[in-house]
Formats: sequence, structure tokens, C-alpha cells
Amino acid sequence: MVTAANINTLTFEAGHSGPGVRSDCRVAFMPRSAGGIDIELQSKVAAYYGDSILTQAREVLADLGVEHARVMIEDAGALSFVISARIEAAVRRAGLGEGRRSLPEPVALPAASPRDRLRRSRLYLPGSEPKYFINAALHAPDTIILDLEDAVHPAEKDAARVLVRNALRAVDFGNCERMVRINQLPLGLADLDEVVPESPDLILLPKTEHPEQVTEVEQRIARVQSRCGIKRDIWLLPILETALGIENAWAIATASPHNVALTIGLEDYTADLGVAKTAVGTESLYARTRLVNAARAAGLQANDSVYGDVGDLEGLAEWARNARALGFEGMGCVHPLQIAVIHEAFAPAPWEIERALRIVAAFEDAQARGLGVVSLGSKMIDAPVVQRALKLVQRAERMGMVTPEMRAAAVAQKPAPKTASEGGEG
Amino acid sequence: MPTNAAGRVVPTNVNGTPQRPYAGVNNDHPQGRTAAAPIRSAADYPMNGDKRVPDLETALRQCGLSDGMTISTHHHLRDGDRVALWALQAAAKMGVHDLMWFPSASFPAHAPVIELMESGNVHHIEGSMNGPLGDYCTQGRMRGLGVLRSHGGRWQAIQDGEVHIDIAVIAAPTADQFGNANGSHGPSACGSLGFALADSMYADRVIVVTDNQVEFPCVPWQIQGNNVDYVVPVDSIGDPAKIVSGTTQITRSPDRLLIAQYVARFVRDAGIMRPGFSFQAGAGGIALAFVDYLRRYMKQSGVRARFVRGGSTRYLVELLNEGLTDYILDGQTFDLDAVRSIANDPRHIPTSPFTSYNYHGKGFFNSLVDVVVLGATEVDVNFNANVVTHSDGRLLHGIGGWQNCLFAGCTVLAVPSFRDRIPVIVDQVTTLTGPGELIDVVATERGIAINPRRKDLLDAVQGSSLPIRPIQAIQRDVEKICGGKPQKPRLTEKPVAVVKWVDGTVLDTVWQVRT
Repeated sequence: MVTAANINTLTFEAGHSGPGVRSDCRVAFMPRSAGGIDIELQSKVAAYYGDSILTQAREVLADLGVEHARVMIEDAGALSFVISARIEAAVRRAGLGEGRRSLPEPVALPAASPRDRLRRSRLYLPGSEPKYFINAALHAPDTIILDLEDAVHPAEKDAARVLVRNALRAVDFGNCERMVRINQLPLGLADLDEVVPESPDLILLPKTEHPEQVTEVEQRIARVQSRCGIKRDIWLLPILETALGIENAWAIATASPHNVALTIGLEDYTADLGVAKTAVGTESLYARTRLVNAARAAGLQANDSVYGDVGDLEGLAEWARNARALGFEGMGCVHPLQIAVIHEAFAPAPWEIERALRIVAAFEDAQARGLGVVSLGSKMIDAPVVQRALKLVQRAERMGMVTPEMRAAAVAQKPAPKTASEGGEG
Repeated sequence: MPTNAAGRVVPTNVNGTPQRPYAGVNNDHPQGRTAAAPIRSAADYPMNGDKRVPDLETALRQCGLSDGMTISTHHHLRDGDRVALWALQAAAKMGVHDLMWFPSASFPAHAPVIELMESGNVHHIEGSMNGPLGDYCTQGRMRGLGVLRSHGGRWQAIQDGEVHIDIAVIAAPTADQFGNANGSHGPSACGSLGFALADSMYADRVIVVTDNQVEFPCVPWQIQGNNVDYVVPVDSIGDPAKIVSGTTQITRSPDRLLIAQYVARFVRDAGIMRPGFSFQAGAGGIALAFVDYLRRYMKQSGVRARFVRGGSTRYLVELLNEGLTDYILDGQTFDLDAVRSIANDPRHIPTSPFTSYNYHGKGFFNSLVDVVVLGATEVDVNFNANVVTHSDGRLLHGIGGWQNCLFAGCTVLAVPSFRDRIPVIVDQVTTLTGPGELIDVVATERGIAINPRRKDLLDAVQGSSLPIRPIQAIQRDVEKICGGKPQKPRLTEKPVAVVKWVDGTVLDTVWQVRT
């Protein structure tokens, strides 16, 4: 904290510099009692953006109400929103700028995310590493997670919070749903205060064990939104990471109408059980199936954990196919290379789509003719089979795998061959 | 100074030699005859064929080294090379001044040449300059003008007599006492020695330095002993650990992998990948990833290439061994798998800039390559590209075969849309290295831009799911991300180097950077 006695001697830092650091900067902020603003800039891109960085730094300090300070910026090609965040974090660490923010120029806020949107892949990005933010959407995960929890060192939580806020405001994440994983409560409440005004689509609640935690987050979001005059929904995704969380899955799933999915964190869960996490996941089978059941019972999506070995794409594919068979609709990923593998694994096979399209066509034909029984050729189709086919077709449509032409073609086709599984389900 | 056909201001005299300004692609047709080495008499050489001398200094002395001469070297040993620096340092020790160093490329290991320029032993460099040498030149501290040429342009300059090599020093991983030499065997094996071939043929005197003497005959020989004056045995010609290029690994960057995938899909979807096709990709991370993706598509489609062109690496060797190509035509050998392959596989063929790149010949085979994937530091909205300087004007690296490759059927620049907040797509390139009319596609992680001149390519990818976008749209996106257009480079009006086009005309000037 800056006092009259020490104001000219203290240095407060934020950000990163050194070999290997890129798209980030380190700001050293030295408040002083007089003398105005002095800024020293060492930048990898000084020849290109040196003048604009200096101008920006002055504007940020003015926004934060700082009138006298020495500031040193070591820049490794940080974008504007990063420079702002690092300066703001350093100023805040000095105990200054209270109640103020220096917000970067916003990009257009994307359309609100529907509660049942496709969530096959959710890509975790460390909230303190801006170099990953800019191009993440190009790899087309369904959702992007700006992670304030496990990926951020405890000493960097405050700076990451500001950085993530700026990223939500200034980075175009394209068609990706924008999620933030907050810290465990109560620290996560401060995260909400910072990020909710920038309308993330979804908040991930780590280590959820009780429905009250969901309620507390929901209420805090509502308070911040009310203060800011925001009406747009922010969805919730509790992560169950302990045996207790799994046992309370149903209560957690039904704790809030803002819940859209449940997911599981297997590293913490297996640690809680005291067992090793294996490639086949036998040790977590109970937890994962219970989570799927609770989620489906509450009308939510079930989302699987991450597959940590980024070099093993075949293992990932197998895990993801297995997850789909268990009823999960997606999973987390820690590297962009995992996205395509996950999307493929969670996509229905062409033969599944073809059969579902025929069943749906038969169902729509029956509806149009006012028939209560759906038949495919000479075969009667049970209602659950129709329901499953409808779901599959809708999901495949959202994945771009079914077009109106394909649906029309299915109507004109002959009945699908009889299979053993089509009868008797109900 | 006049403005050339590309609109660039260029000098008409470089290091005392009159110059022709760039006249446009295929517009300059000089006449006359090529240069040749002086006549020698076998009577002046040992009849037992043993041309060995004890050390480089002796060889240089017997070559008649004197002030103002041109010494050439080659770069197959890359950053592991010791011989070029030894030669220049030996010359300096002999008290010789105002040498012109004519390397086929220079590396950070050659940074001590700065001291030789400071002391007056070396007057200037005609060859690629990067790192400390590049900075030295662009600060305007080199006494002469730097001349940057492509590999093909270097051959052209030698054979046209534009550059007269007094003494060529060739680092040979294997040689016999007569001077026959190759690069594919020995402890310092580096593969092909093609870049030294012109030097061996046209220089007044030729010295072969080797750390692996073999009895006559050294087979196969790429350098012919009949062109060689002296052979210098040494313990080591270089550091084998650095001979292998540091850029021979597939990129791990997801963004660069995305670019590589886009390029491979483009080659497939545009119909370039068809039976008997050919391609060239360098040894950079994106290029190697492109090869890996294309290989998958070739396998899926059952398509086999007639030849692939290297810079060879294990990725090309795998294509050869999997039967996905009939031949590798090798210009440089970048890793040990490729070195082993070129030494043992007759389908892996060493080439030289004469066969692959030389514009002043009766054709060159790079124009037969269907698609080539290259990098660049900048490309402008008219598809002109820069590969030699940073956007701030500092010399970054040499041209290599880059200009020569532009004559392929389809030239693709695979580049990130920005680097460290520095946009790659600009209004006008800082230094023109390749005319836009020869650059067909710019592939970035934010989309693929096809040169509007290539309507055939635009038509070919109609209906593809590839993100085909106007280059201006990609530029706009990037400038928005980076915070607007970058500041202009701070340059003086003093030329420090010129960039030659493949025909020997002056394409652009590199100006002193204001410090």
C-alpha cells in the first residue's frame, strides 16, 4: 500500500517479461507524489507501435486517476488490451485506482448463447497467458474457457482477473461460446465482480459440492448484472470434482434454472478417491455415469472431463467415443489439436444419421397423416426410438451434418433394413 | 537514382559495377557469352594427382591471394561451418585487405567477419546477411554495398561474369587427394554440395578443405577434382551438431499447424494434387507440417508424386520410402535422415542451382514444379513480398532459392497474419523481394487469399470449405487486432544493399536504418 512516507520508493509490478515471453508485457509502476508521468518503454515492436503504446499508457493511467508516477514497460509484442490490463493490475497492486477501470475498446458483443447450444469441445486457456487468447477461436472449439482457477498461480489471480475481463471485452472469439472458470468461492465472487459486466456466456464453478454454491454464484451474478443494467442470461456449469460433489449431483443440477450442463474434473476426483487416473477410466465410471444420469434427469447436458495427454490423439478419440456412448455430449480439451478429434468422436456416424433420418421421415409422415403409429415399411417403430432419432437428427443438423436436402431425400427413400435393436425398446 | 519497373528507386552502380534496373518479369534479355575459368595446364599440377597442402594459409598463398580479391564460400554446413571464417581470418593474418566475401549464405557463426570488416581486411559481403551481420550492414557500417541474390541468381552472376571469384574455398565432408569431393559421406556429412558447384567451375582458383580424406576415387563426386587446385586436410570442417538446420521440426504451434493444414487442403481441393504432380516445401515448421498433411491426403487419395523438391528432410525421405514420390531432387539437405538417404538411395538426387534455379540457362526445373510453399516476412495487398528485411528495414535473412521458386506453377506463401503484433500483410512491402504477379496464394491462419490474377485457382476452389478471403479483408482484421497500421520504418536515404532479381537486374534497395 502506498503511503505518504513510502510513495516515492515502492515499485509494483504486473505481467511477464524475459526469454520465451511473447504477446505480454511487464509493467513496473512507481507511484510518486509529484513530477507527473514518466514512461520508459522497451518494446520488441517499438519501431512499429512505440508511439501508440506510450499514448495508450498515459490514457490508462489517466483513467485510473494516476497523476504522478514512473512507469517502465518491457513489452514483448503485447496487444493493447494486454498492456491496459498489466498497467491496471500494477496500479491496483499499489492500492491506487480504487473503484476505477480502464476498459479497452470493445468488439461487438456476440449474440447470446442458447442454453442448449452444441458444447462438444470446451478449450481451456490459462487466464494469465494472453498469447493464447487471440487465435483460439480460429481452431473452432464450441466454447472457450478463460481459466482463472487451476491455470493461474495464486499470486497472479488479481492480474489474471483484469486480463480476462479485458479479453472478454476486446477479443473477438468468433462463434465460440465465451466461458470463464472462476476460482473456488469465496475468491470466485471477486472474479464475478470483474467479469460479469463483460457478459461472458457461461460461468464454470469449480469443485462444486453443494447446491448452495450454485445459488451463491447465481445471486452474485444477478447483483452485478442489476448494478450494470444487464439483462442477458449468463449460464452456469458446475464442475463436480469430489466424491461429495458426485453424490450431490442431482441437487446441484437442479439448484438453478441457469444451469445448462454438468461436468466432472477427473484429476481432483481421482485424487479425492485416492486412486490413480487410468487411460480407460474404470475408476471414474461410477462418477461419470451418475453425473450423466443426474444431468439428463435435470434436463442438462453432460460434459466429460479433459484428456490430459495432448500427444495421444488416438487415446483421446477412444476416450471421447466411449464418453459419447455413456451419454456425454462433449468434453474439455487442453490443446487446439484435440478439438477436431473430439468433434469427430462426438459426431454421429453416417449410418446412424441415415437411419435416424428415415425414422424421422416416417414419424413426420405419420404426424401429417394423423396416424398414432409410426411405421417404416412393414415395421412399427416405438416412440423412444423415434425420440432418439429426432434428437440425433437435431444434433447432426447443428453440427452441419444434416441438410434440408438430406431430410427431403430421406422421405423419398425406402424403409431402412430391419435391425435387432429397433424393436422392443420402450 | 532511377525508379525501376517495380516502382523502386535503385542505384545504377553497385561496388563499381554498372547495373540494369529491374525491367519486369521476363523482360530483361541480355546477350553475350558466359564467363569461364582460365585455361590451366595439367603440367602445372602433380601428375600423381596429390594436390594436398598442409594448411589453408599455404593454399591461399599459393593461389596468389592479394588485396581486393573475391573469396567465395558455401553454406551447406550452415551454422556449423568453420571453414569460411578460417579462410577469411587466414587471409587477414596474411595482411590482405579489401576482400569481397561471396558466401552462398551466412550464419550467426560468421559474425566475427564484422571484426574483419572493421579492420579493413574484408571490404564488403555479397550474400545473405542476418543477425549481427545484417545489423552491421543496415546500420550503414559496411564500406561496400551488400548484394543479395537468390541461389539461382548467384549462379547467374558467376556465369555471366557479374561476379568474378578469385578463390573458392569449399568445405567438403569427403574428398580425395585429387580434389573430387562430395557432401554425403564422412563425419561432417551435409548432403548435397550443389551451391559450391558454380564456384568450383568458374573460380580462378579452388581450394577443397576436408576432414575426411579418402583414397582416389572419391565417389560419387559432386565437385570434380579437375576443377580443384589444392586440397587441405583438417581435423574438422565444422560442428556436426549445428550442420543440421534448426528448423527441421514440424511446428508445434496450433496456429501454424492450421496454416499448414489450410495449404495442404488448398493443394488437394484446387486439384493440384493429382497423379504425377510435384511440389516443393522448405524446412520451416509450417512447410514441414504441410508435407505431413499433404502426405495424409495423398495416401487417402492414392496419389503419387513424380518428384518432390528439397530442402530435404526426413519427411520427404518418408514420402520416398512409402512410395508416394518417385524422386527427391535435392538442393540442400537439412537433417541426418536426409543425409543418409542421399548417400544411399539413387532416387534421392543431389542437384545444383544450375539445374534447378538458374534463369540464364535453357530453362530450369523449378518452373516444372506444380506447387511451392514458401515463407515471407511481409506481403502487400498486391501480393508483392519481402523475405530479406524486417518491416523496420533491418536485414533478416537471405533470399535462398525463394525468388527462383516463384516460377513454380502455383506459389503459396504460408505465413502467420501477424508476428508479435507486427502485421505481415501491409500496404507496401519494406523491401521488394518477389513481384506480386508471381505470387499466387497467401495462406494465413485467418484465411487464404488468392491473387485475383489466378482466376483458375479461384474457380478451382469454388465450393470448397476453405476460408478463401480477399487479402484486404485479412489485412483489415489484423490491423484491428494489432491496433492500427504500424509506423513506417525509420530509414535514411543511404543505400546499404541491393536486392537482385533472378536475371541480374536490381529489384530493390535496402536503405540504412536510422538508429
